[in-house]
Amino acid sequence: MNRRNFLRNTGFVAAGSLFVPAFMKPLEAMALDELSLYKNLVVVQLSGGNDGLNTVIPFGNDIYYQKRKSIAIKPEEVIKLNDMQGLNPNMAALQEIHDQGWMTIINDVGYPNPDRSHFRSMDIWQTGSDSNQFLSTGWIGRYLDSNCQTCKFPYTAIEVDDSLSLAMKGQTKKGIALKDPGALYRNTNDPFFKAMLQNDKEHLDEDNLGYLYKTMIETSSSANYIQNTSKIYQSKSTYPNSGFANQLKTVSKFISSGLKTRVYYVSLSGFDTHVNQIGQQGNLLKQYGEGMAAFLKDLKTNNKLDDTLVITFSEFGRRVEQNASNGTDHGTANNMFVFGGKLKKQGIFNAAPNLSDLDTGDLKYQLDFRQVYGTILDKWLDVNNADILNKKFNTLDFI
Amino acid sequence: MNAKDNFLKVKHLYNRAGFGISYAELEKLSRKNLNKVVDTLLKDSQKDDPIKLVNDFESKRQLLVQAGLYAKKDLTDEEKKMRQQIVREQNEVSRDLNIAFVNQMINTAAPLREKMTLFWHGHFACRSNNPFFAQQLNNIQRTNALGSFKTLLVEVSKSPAMLQYLNNQQNRKGKPNENFARELMELFTLGRGNYTEQDIKESARSFTGWMYDKDGSFIFRQNLHDTGTKTFFGKIGNFEGENIIDIILEKPETSQFIARKVYKFFVNDNPNEDHVKELATHFYNSKYDIASMMKKMFTSDWFYSPENVGTKIKSPAEFLVGLSREFYVTYNKPQVLIQLQSSLGQYLFNPPNVAGWPGGQSWIDSSSLMLRMRIPSLVLNDGEIDFSGKADPEDEAVIALSRVATTNANANSKPKSYVNANADWPKFLGTLPKGLTPLALTEFLLQPKLNDKITTMVSDNKGLRSTAVEITSMPEYQLC
Repeated sequence: MNRRNFLRNTGFVAAGSLFVPAFMKPLEAMALDELSLYKNLVVVQLSGGNDGLNTVIPFGNDIYYQKRKSIAIKPEEVIKLNDMQGLNPNMAALQEIHDQGWMTIINDVGYPNPDRSHFRSMDIWQTGSDSNQFLSTGWIGRYLDSNCQTCKFPYTAIEVDDSLSLAMKGQTKKGIALKDPGALYRNTNDPFFKAMLQNDKEHLDEDNLGYLYKTMIETSSSANYIQNTSKIYQSKSTYPNSGFANQLKTVSKFISSGLKTRVYYVSLSGFDTHVNQIGQQGNLLKQYGEGMAAFLKDLKTNNKLDDTLVITFSEFGRRVEQNASNGTDHGTANNMFVFGGKLKKQGIFNAAPNLSDLDTGDLKYQLDFRQVYGTILDKWLDVNNADILNKKFNTLDFI
Repeated sequence: MNAKDNFLKVKHLYNRAGFGISYAELEKLSRKNLNKVVDTLLKDSQKDDPIKLVNDFESKRQLLVQAGLYAKKDLTDEEKKMRQQIVREQNEVSRDLNIAFVNQMINTAAPLREKMTLFWHGHFACRSNNPFFAQQLNNIQRTNALGSFKTLLVEVSKSPAMLQYLNNQQNRKGKPNENFARELMELFTLGRGNYTEQDIKESARSFTGWMYDKDGSFIFRQNLHDTGTKTFFGKIGNFEGENIIDIILEKPETSQFIARKVYKFFVNDNPNEDHVKELATHFYNSKYDIASMMKKMFTSDWFYSPENVGTKIKSPAEFLVGLSREFYVTYNKPQVLIQLQSSLGQYLFNPPNVAGWPGGQSWIDSSSLMLRMRIPSLVLNDGEIDFSGKADPEDEAVIALSRVATTNANANSKPKSYVNANADWPKFLGTLPKGLTPLALTEFLLQPKLNDKITTMVSDNKGLRSTAVEITSMPEYQLC
């Protein structure tokens, strides 16, 4: 019998699923109490270098207004969090989140000898390297590699996107990228690929062909697991209509349906605001704030907020002084947002940026971003951060 | 000489040293002695065909305008527009340049030269927003791809693209910038652990004044050069850049570093140290003659031993170029090639960082692998794999589901219009001998040895075309 099938009009969704029920087994072996304590990390990447000073506005500092004559946010527009800093008005949706104690802002996060290239600095943030060190694995990837108690499954880390970021790639293990579990499932439960995998025991060894088959099998079992676990779940919450909110909605669906995934990765891009920043950044921050607020409230409704930690980073902040095109150029240290139901320190974590003590026009960092990673690895993912970050970083007290 | 054996060896040679070979060409070549075939390969690759896409005159004009605008403090709206216009044009030409490089690899009659160019493209990893600079560097890598490594290294070091990328433009007497000096030793020649921080400092001083001028030509600015005495690897002198390069090349570690990298690219991700040493010694003794090292490698028995055949994961460039070359594919919207490179993790001219693409298993993750297995059907056959196999009820359900999905998806995305490529099937089929069986075609298209499963899968295949689509959609096709 000859059949025509597959692939036509299925779009460009990468990654897929094939049918290997045997690989579902380890899950059933997991004890129930283990499942109920499942903690999730959601990493949100703002690509392009978000201007932190127009996100969390140091309205109490005159220097801010002197340096940003045409793009500063007026004090009366700022959503004040204390008498020094407040949120960009486009992030009004986050006020409620802040008031609930689900949010903390870490000021001036960076690293020594900062690099102002998007690519390089993003690399540094994703790999957790020093600025003169080139790593080919990501920090979450190395967490997967560590084969710890909490990171055993191929679906331990999911990126809601078409392709996988370096952050999610380890030496031997990698996260999985997917945008729509249903499309994936249909797309790759294809008779041809299934036939390829049937009885394929001979390839499960260490060489490259074995690696290809192993990847294919893991993709298959993960996609089946993800689809089967999450398909019944229907969110009752409404999300704003944006691509970013959709990614978060997918993450919420996964978390709320009880997926045993530990790390989720999503991103929002367009923050490289050299020209006419106000409109462009405002629009993005609105998407970010509204999407995030809907997401957190959804998790709260599903009793998952206490088990979820969300962090947001960007590859760098921007210069303190605006440029001549009503925009800002590449800078260094930046703030990070942390969300969750179980934050130890809520509101604003540390002192506001010092605008009078700059390094050739850029903020000096107070905290190394790997201290933030280290804190999460130690206290949230239960691994020793030195094993993942190649040296020990002091942890912080936000969780 | 066993004819079948030679057939497989020549096929392996052309897959590794080039981007594959047509059946007809393979049949012709495999009648010759293998050493003769290697000579032919080298001879064919003597031809240097530089890319001449970017308009030199226009680029120099843009550079001068940019330099002028850069020097001004406040720009008029007119000037801002001009600046943006230049950036837009440069971005557009950069994309065209990327496609030109891919097309050059697909269509080249000098396969080894292009393959080596791809190797140097990763070795001397560089990003430049200026397509004129990027093309120039690419051509330096092509012209010297099989020549003297020293000439190549000096020319790369003097190219505006690299001077800019590694900040030698900022490397001045009294205010050294060590970026170039560090990468020169760490990534281009000696490798980590074979130099000290002091060597980097002294080398950086020696390269002060190596710059490019306003119209993008290399210039040695004597007044910015540190003329003091330097101590580099125990040698004392008033060194200049080229002296440093000479001293670096005197060290056998450089030949070992390059030979190991060449071995990993052409032979195996896990180097056999004896073979690497053999290659490095030869390279060193030949005064860094690249062609001579390549010949040595391609004529070594170990190059053809089973652990080195069909065991390497193709890079995205090798995969895309190989597939397109094999089936004479035309891309009606060549931009899609850029999207594919990017999704597969190797966007040419845009390496992730100065260390280049890590390669090997790092090419493969769940999404890139599934995409790789779908591309052949998208490129060759409008997204379909004609697969004759046993259907079970579950399969039928999946097929029904995807039909529904197809109907629903009709409105938004059609892979055909997205990839929009045509394979020249008559031409491809014309290169095959009369009466070639699907199984023999499978053996030709795949580099790994056939196993029972694949043999069974294609055993009742009727058509060559559907077989080709199936085979290129397999994990085995990811290897070369």
